[in-house]
Amino acid sequence: MAETVAKAEEEEPSGEPPEEPPSPEEAQPTWGEAFLEVGKSIMAVPTAILAEVGVMARLSYETFMWGIRPPYRFRLLVDMLEFLGVQSIFIVGLSGLFVGGVFSLQLVNGFRQFGAENQVGAVIGLALSRELAPVFSALMITSRAGSAMATEIASMRVTNQIDALTTMSVNPVQYLIVPRVLAATIATPIMALLAFLVGLSGAYLVGVELMGIDGGIFIQRVKWFVDTADVGQGLTKSAVFGAALTMIACRHGFYATGGAAGVGRATNRAVVQASVAILVLDYVLTAVILGEGAI
Amino acid sequence: MFFKRGGELTEEQKKAAEECKDDPVHIRVREVVKSYGEHTVLNGITFDIYRGEINIIIGGSGAGKSVFTRQLLRLEQPDSGKILVDGTDILPLNDWQLVPFRKKFGMVFQFGALFDSMTIFDNVAFPLREHTKMSRKEIHERVFQRLEDLRVADAAYKLPGQISGGMQKRSALARALVLEPEILVYDEPTSGLDPLSSRRVDELIRETSEKFGVTSLIITHDMASVFEIGTQVNMLYQGRIEASGTPDDILRSHNPVVIDFLRASGVSASEIEHAGLPAGRVSYPPGAD
Repeated sequence: MAETVAKAEEEEPSGEPPEEPPSPEEAQPTWGEAFLEVGKSIMAVPTAILAEVGVMARLSYETFMWGIRPPYRFRLLVDMLEFLGVQSIFIVGLSGLFVGGVFSLQLVNGFRQFGAENQVGAVIGLALSRELAPVFSALMITSRAGSAMATEIASMRVTNQIDALTTMSVNPVQYLIVPRVLAATIATPIMALLAFLVGLSGAYLVGVELMGIDGGIFIQRVKWFVDTADVGQGLTKSAVFGAALTMIACRHGFYATGGAAGVGRATNRAVVQASVAILVLDYVLTAVILGEGAI
Repeated sequence: MFFKRGGELTEEQKKAAEECKDDPVHIRVREVVKSYGEHTVLNGITFDIYRGEINIIIGGSGAGKSVFTRQLLRLEQPDSGKILVDGTDILPLNDWQLVPFRKKFGMVFQFGALFDSMTIFDNVAFPLREHTKMSRKEIHERVFQRLEDLRVADAAYKLPGQISGGMQKRSALARALVLEPEILVYDEPTSGLDPLSSRRVDELIRETSEKFGVTSLIITHDMASVFEIGTQVNMLYQGRIEASGTPDDILRSHNPVVIDFLRASGVSASEIEHAGLPAGRVSYPPGAD
C-alpha cells in the first residue's frame, strides 16, 4: 500500500515546474576535475598503505614504551605463553610432520632420477631449519592464535571493555598487547624448533621407512650440513614472525569498529595481513641474513 | 618518573582539591568542543556537575551525550575547552598524570562492559588488584561486601554471559564502586530494560548515591528517571546545553526545544502545567518509559 502511494506521488505532476536537466557542458566534468579524480584514485592505494604503516608504527612504539614500564604482568605473560605455545603444540607438530613427510617424498622421487637420493637428508635439514619450520609454524600460529587474538580484542573493543580498562586507569596497550607480543616472540621460535624436529622425523619416516633410502646416510647428511647457525637463523626469523603476527592481529582487534561485522572484518584482515607479512618478512630477513644482495 | 606507576596527585592538585572541598560544584565543564572531521558534535558545552547530587544529562539520539562522556573520562581528547575536576583542568594531562583523576571516577557502561573472560568476582576484584596492595583476604572481603550491597553475591563465580542483563548492570556498578570513587558516571543505565527493571535501576542509583555519598552523572533519555531520581538536569541539544536546572525548572521551562522534548517523551501538557510537584511524583502515561 505504502509503495502504491509512493509510486502515485512520484507519477503525479506537482505544481512546480520540473527541474531542467543539466546542459551537456554542466554535466561533463572539467579537465581539472577529471585530472583531480584520476589523481585521487591513483593516490588512494599508496595513501592507505602509508596510513596503515603509520598506525602500525605508532602502535609498535606504544607497545615498546608500555612494555618497559611497570607494572609488569608476569601472570598475563604466562597465560599467553600457554595460549600461544602449549596450545599450539599439536597443530604445529602435525603440520611439521606432514611438511617433512611430503618434502621427503618429493625429494626422494626427484633425486632418484639422477642418483642423488643420498643428499635428501642435507636438503631437508637445511630447508626445514632455515625456512619451512619457521614459516609453517608462524602460519599455523597465525591461523590458530592470531585469529583468536584479533577476535577477542575486537570483541572487547566493540563491547566497551577496552574503554572500561582505560576508565580504570589500566593502559589497554600495556594490558592487552604487550603480554601477547612478548609471549609470541618467545613461543614462536620454540614452536619452530618443534616443527623442525618433528619435520625431520616425518622426513625420516617417509624417506627411510617408506621410500627405502639409507637411514644412516640420511642422519649423517643432516648432522654434516645442518649446523647451529642454520637453526639460529630460523629461530631468529621465527621471533620476528611471532612479534609481527601478534602486532598485526592486535592492531586489527584494537582498532575494530562496527559491531559483530567489525569483529569479523578485523579477524579476516588480521589473518590475511599476518600471513602475507610472514612471507614478505621471510624474504627480507633471509636476504639480510645471507647478505647476498638479494634486496 | 618514567618507571613509576602513576597515581599520585601533585602538591598543586592536592591544594586545589582541598580548596574545592566545600565547593558545591564538583566538575566544571567549560566551552568543550569536539568535532569528527567537519562534523561538530559538541559545540562549546558549558555546565556544572554538583557534588553529591544526581546530575542528569538528557537529550535525543545524536545530541552528543555519549560523546561528552568520552571527553569527560578522557577516552577521547576534546578539540578545546576545559574540564575542571576539583579545581584541576584534566584536559592537558597525559595518561600518566590522569591516573589519580581516573581513580576518582567510576563508570557504568550501557551494557556493563564486564570482562567476559572473567567471573563476576574477578571483574569486581580487578581494580583492587591493579591499584591497591590489598591482601587476597582483604580483596575477597571487599568484593563480597560490594556484591552483597548490590544483591549479586550469588553470581560471584559466574561468567557475565551466564547472568541476566539486570544482574550484569548491578555487577558493573559493583565494579565501579569497589575503589570507592567520588564520581559515578552512568551511560544510559535504563536503556534496553523493561519499565519495572528501569525503576529498580533508578532506585539502585539513588541508594548508591545516598549510601556512598558519590556525585552521580547519568546520561539518559529516559524522562521517568529524570523525575524519579534527578536533582540537577541538563538538556543537551545539537552539541550545546539548552537548559539546566532542577527537574521542576525543566518542567517549567518555556524553551520550545525543552517543551518539545518533554512532550515527545510522554510528559503531558497538564503535567508540565502542574510543575511544582516534588521530584518523583510526576505520573506518566503507559509506555512513557
